[in-house]
Amino acid sequence: MLSISGVHTFYGSIEALRGVDLEIKAGDIVSLIGANGAGKSTLLMTVCGKPRAARGRIVFDGEDITIKPTHEIIASGIAQSPEGRRIFPRMSVLENLQIGATTADPAHYDRDLERVYDLFPILKERSNQRGGTLSGGEQQMLAIGRALMSRPRLLLLDEPSLGLAPKVVQQIFRTIKEINEEQGVTVFLVEQNAYHALKLAHRAYVMVTGRISLSGSGADLLANPEVRAAYLEGGH
Amino acid sequence: MAAAAEHRLDPVAALKEAGLAGFVALMLAVPLAGLETVSAPGGLTINTRWDWVAIAVGSVFIGRLLLILWRERGRRRGGPTMDLGIAETLRTAMPILAAAGIAFAVLLPFLPFADRRVLDIGILVMTYIMLGWGLNIVVGLAGLLDLGYVAFYAVGAYSYALLAIHFDLSFWLCLPLAGALAAFFGYLLGFPVLRLRGDYLAIVTLGFGEIIRIILINWYDLTRGPDGISGIPRPSFFGLDFARSPPPDGHTFHTFFGLDFSPLHRIIFLYYLILVLALVTNAFTLRIRRLPVGRAWEALREDEIACRSLGINPRNTKLTAFTLGAMFAGFAGSFFATRQGFISPESFTFIESAIIVAIVVLGGMGSQIGVVVATLVLIAGPELIRELQEFRMLAFGGLMVMIMVWRPRGLLAFRDPTVRLHPPPRRRFGLGRGKAAETGAK
Repeated sequence: MLSISGVHTFYGSIEALRGVDLEIKAGDIVSLIGANGAGKSTLLMTVCGKPRAARGRIVFDGEDITIKPTHEIIASGIAQSPEGRRIFPRMSVLENLQIGATTADPAHYDRDLERVYDLFPILKERSNQRGGTLSGGEQQMLAIGRALMSRPRLLLLDEPSLGLAPKVVQQIFRTIKEINEEQGVTVFLVEQNAYHALKLAHRAYVMVTGRISLSGSGADLLANPEVRAAYLEGGH
Repeated sequence: MAAAAEHRLDPVAALKEAGLAGFVALMLAVPLAGLETVSAPGGLTINTRWDWVAIAVGSVFIGRLLLILWRERGRRRGGPTMDLGIAETLRTAMPILAAAGIAFAVLLPFLPFADRRVLDIGILVMTYIMLGWGLNIVVGLAGLLDLGYVAFYAVGAYSYALLAIHFDLSFWLCLPLAGALAAFFGYLLGFPVLRLRGDYLAIVTLGFGEIIRIILINWYDLTRGPDGISGIPRPSFFGLDFARSPPPDGHTFHTFFGLDFSPLHRIIFLYYLILVLALVTNAFTLRIRRLPVGRAWEALREDEIACRSLGINPRNTKLTAFTLGAMFAGFAGSFFATRQGFISPESFTFIESAIIVAIVVLGGMGSQIGVVVATLVLIAGPELIRELQEFRMLAFGGLMVMIMVWRPRGLLAFRDPTVRLHPPPRRRFGLGRGKAAETGAK
């Protein structure tokens, strides 16, 4: 569904991605783990065209999206829940969701809204409340729900567990699984919380300083001694 | 009460603070109030008014003491409870206030005190309200700080003046043309500034405003430069002029309706004209806020990166905001030209832009009623306190300082959601307990 080949991305003269190859099959949850500053978020943002890949190719459903402007990439069926959630704090929950539906066909807006409210009932309760007054976990749910409002085929999630309590993290990951299994949305998950991300993943990649250093099924990587030593045994 | 004990008022510190304020007041009051120039035989002489200085210093000293007391009391109650209470009350009273305001504006010319001066102030205020509402699209909703808004006002005014004089077009034909021309200039300015944000955007728009003004001064063949354009045709009431004597084969306004001639007729007509134009601007903004493009403006103001990630095209979104904002300035500009009958670049200096931005910011960014309140404070205020003579600007400055101290985010800083899923559940908590009261939906 999404194939990234030989992608290099620069911030000025700093090379953040040094030739990344990555494949996402339709229907999968694919996790990308790695340390701070490895380039995980940069890869997600490069898929969305901001910053743009300096070299390499990104193909989504047979279409080269490497040099498309961001709004066209989003319109073609990719949605992103950005790092740090970035909900609109002064706008209500419902308005946040409506803005998520910008690129979608208004004909199925009502159904999409219902679907998001089914996934996150708390958002329905809070629909008239300002986004900024939600708790961290609720804001994350709003960010994911907002992304789903555009009816994506591929959902990009950047660190959905960031700064959340363990119990909330579990709930978020359960929902991600639900989105994938019941609604058939392909998920590309970028995480520092390696344990959860690998457990959930059909396929996983490990990124070190701008390159993919390891790949395999989620279970394989979870059992891999190198991965365990570097990403798992500190925290879990 | 432990909290009260912690914040017990320290009289020495309070006196010290008030004394310091009094000292600053003394330094300011001696030149401002203490010395007065009087023309005497043989030139100007300086009179001293030490009693005035004493009054100024004394009132600052006592005022400061009262302020300290008030502050302590607020601290003891804990938190900004009152502000939230006001916001909540205002929010529920808003539709009533708005309706009352419009009713008052419609009835104003028939009220007993509505003489020429009141109506002139009314027209002036309505003009600025309309400009404020127009700029509110750009600054308040889309969050693009435009310091050159007066340029579009000027384009509208000159478009009307030149079209009406050279092509003999009527006001009602010129109005849309002037709006379209101003919108076109907004579109032109929009392109280069799309990539800029914040301070840089402000500087470029400021420059644009000056460029337009300087072009108006120097392009003598077209604009007659600093001499300005005079003899701009007045608008007519569906073809009826407001002249004293009717043309031989026709009617004027007062003969047609069988009224006695009064110069007030035209003033009242102009007043209603700008009232309608302003209300159209308002209705347009209120409507577009609920449409996807209006929501995109507000989202862009909140977080441009998030907008990008949701597939909003920031370029088109900003361009529509700039273009539409400019269009309303163009409408207001052609009204200005027809009301004045004379325009020159003098009328379109930076200070006008600054006042309009001040109206929007002071009212609370994006608040339509805030614009009205701020205009009343900023435009009608100085007109009404002319009696204070030389202390007018001092009082005005003091007022601004007070607003910035007590309502730093604008007079009406809260934002009303454009949609509600269902009526908000009844509040179970009292006012002023954090999130619950603020949102009224917990």
